[in-house]
Amino acid sequence: MPLDAFAASLFKRPMQTLGMAVGHGVRCLSQLAELPELHQMMRQTCRDYAQKELAPIAAQLDKDHKFPAKQVKELGAMGVMAVEVPESLGGAGMDYLAYCLAVEELSRGCASTGVIVSVNNSLYLGPILKFGTEEQKKQWITPFTTGERVGCFALSEPGNGSDAGAASTLAQQEGDEWVLSGTKAWITNCWDASATVVFATTDKSLKHKGISAFLVPMPHPGLSLGKKEDKLGIRASSTANIILEDCHIPLGNMLGERGMGFKIAMQTLDSGRLGIAAQALGIAQAALDCAADYAHKRTAFGAPIGKLQAIQFKLADMALAIESARLLTWRAAMLRDAKKPFTKEAAMAKLAASEAATFVSHQAIQVLGGMGYVTDMPAERHYRDARITEIYEGTSEIQRLVIANNILKEYQQ
Amino acid sequence: MHRSSEVKHVASYLNTRGCECFGQPCESHCPVLTDRTIHVQLKTFIKIRVKPDRTGVVTDGVKHSMNPFCEIAVEEAIKLKEKKLVKEVVAVSCGPQQVQETIRTALAMGADRGIHVEVSGKDYETLGPLQVSKIFAALAKKEQADLIILGKQAIDDDCNQTGQMTAALLDWPQGTFASEMTLEADKLKVVREVDGGLETIKIKLPAVVTADLRLNTPRYATLPNIMKAKKKKIANVKPADLGVDVCSRLEVLKVDEPPQRQAGVKVETVDDLVGKLKEAGRV
Repeated sequence: MPLDAFAASLFKRPMQTLGMAVGHGVRCLSQLAELPELHQMMRQTCRDYAQKELAPIAAQLDKDHKFPAKQVKELGAMGVMAVEVPESLGGAGMDYLAYCLAVEELSRGCASTGVIVSVNNSLYLGPILKFGTEEQKKQWITPFTTGERVGCFALSEPGNGSDAGAASTLAQQEGDEWVLSGTKAWITNCWDASATVVFATTDKSLKHKGISAFLVPMPHPGLSLGKKEDKLGIRASSTANIILEDCHIPLGNMLGERGMGFKIAMQTLDSGRLGIAAQALGIAQAALDCAADYAHKRTAFGAPIGKLQAIQFKLADMALAIESARLLTWRAAMLRDAKKPFTKEAAMAKLAASEAATFVSHQAIQVLGGMGYVTDMPAERHYRDARITEIYEGTSEIQRLVIANNILKEYQQ
Repeated sequence: MHRSSEVKHVASYLNTRGCECFGQPCESHCPVLTDRTIHVQLKTFIKIRVKPDRTGVVTDGVKHSMNPFCEIAVEEAIKLKEKKLVKEVVAVSCGPQQVQETIRTALAMGADRGIHVEVSGKDYETLGPLQVSKIFAALAKKEQADLIILGKQAIDDDCNQTGQMTAALLDWPQGTFASEMTLEADKLKVVREVDGGLETIKIKLPAVVTADLRLNTPRYATLPNIMKAKKKKIANVKPADLGVDVCSRLEVLKVDEPPQRQAGVKVETVDDLVGKLKEAGRV
């Protein structure tokens, strides 16, 4: 049975009682076998949107490095730009599993749109939702739920990515204002954003305990953007430096307590990790779609190449890699929704999904042969889009450290 | 109703069970009927196959979704409600358990409640426009509907009969192939797409309208609406409860794939062409 029909048959009947349990916030592993009806509907809606509105324009968006403003607004109207935000603040009020499903389906259509949605949800709205005051939530969340505005997350610097604790961007208090100065690097969405969460240190001697988080509107005096990076992939999303020179913001713009910045960053990334895992799954799935379709159509040696074992083994390995990573992602999301510890599982999910994306897109080009190397087919774009997933929001190496630390803790005497 | 499977359609679609939609305005409520038609999502992966016994096409394991013309009908009904010209939109579908999914899609788009008319097994396989229109007519009377909006035809059997039959059974006026409809007091102005062009008619309510392609562009369900759809009610009804006999008066003799396309022949001159056409008995 064709792969997608097989996957579809797994979700044919909704589990009604489980759906009710889901409504009460209870999660269980059998949910991995069949998603609740609500989630299935949501997934289908996002899939339809991605197929009809994103997939047809993805190649052109990539070529033009163009931000999909119209689509982001439409997604905002659907509630996808603020999935977890409660309805009272303008969001969709759904859970993280629903969010991961949305990002995967959208990324299957266009990986850049997927990351734009993910950064807005997890990295910008996430920390404000968790650590913001009621006032801050009204000011910095509600306008960013409609798709009219997007936010970004400024942690990395030219001198430190993985070494987040060594932030050198400074925040000095001058009267009733904070003055920020320094440079942030690799900030996704920044050329299209209307606000950012910036991490700066108020006391370098305290090392990571001296870092605090701040909310800065964009544009703002003292904040300027570096040149748009010319990237290998996800080109429709903008990436650049954020340069802070004598940037004044009110004291009320600090997010959380002083010195809490590192903790906020790490917790935010734990969740953001799952958004990226979902994006990687979407890219991988799109690459598999492309390869499997080609295997049916392309004939060589007198038959469709799908009949050849070499191709079959590849497709099997690709599907296995995706499905394994998907289940890890769903499990981590469900643990998070149940308010259980999920750091190790999230790291595993992101690692598995991003490595699956690079593996699957690599093999997809191989299945397509010469056609995989040209822009006529989307395989080359998936290959380029996939590569970044092993790097941002925690490199694969960092994920391994996180997993290892958790394992060692579990086995501590 | 002879069930012929047209392969050009079959590439995208499977079975059809009369897709109809009702919309309703004014004091009463009008059921919006949506049908479950089998729509193959991934055309490239799933090939439509005729069943070995040639009684129909294979439907097992194929994803079902709302008929596109029904989506347009649901959208129109919801638009009327948003303009406050309609009090309640009710989505109706006839079929087995799976059609509840389709009804929920209509609820997620904005319909207020759903009615699932249970028809399954052999009855479902032989369900056609006549039985469906009888069910709709009965429901319309029961629910005291004022307006029924259906898709003009289902994309699997292309019957294009249910709307017309429903209007006849109820003795209501009908505006079919609507590309535009405007409610003006108790009259409905309908612009119909016909072969000769566009025809504008005014019909009195209660009435039946069937939606054509250009009537509107259906919305994507928003996440909050999908959540709300869970709480909306879907009532279960049996055809017998409505006094309708779903027994079919038609028997499908056979279902075949269209003949394979023959290769063409190139000719040098017009005379050759005419000669060949005469040979083939075409002129």
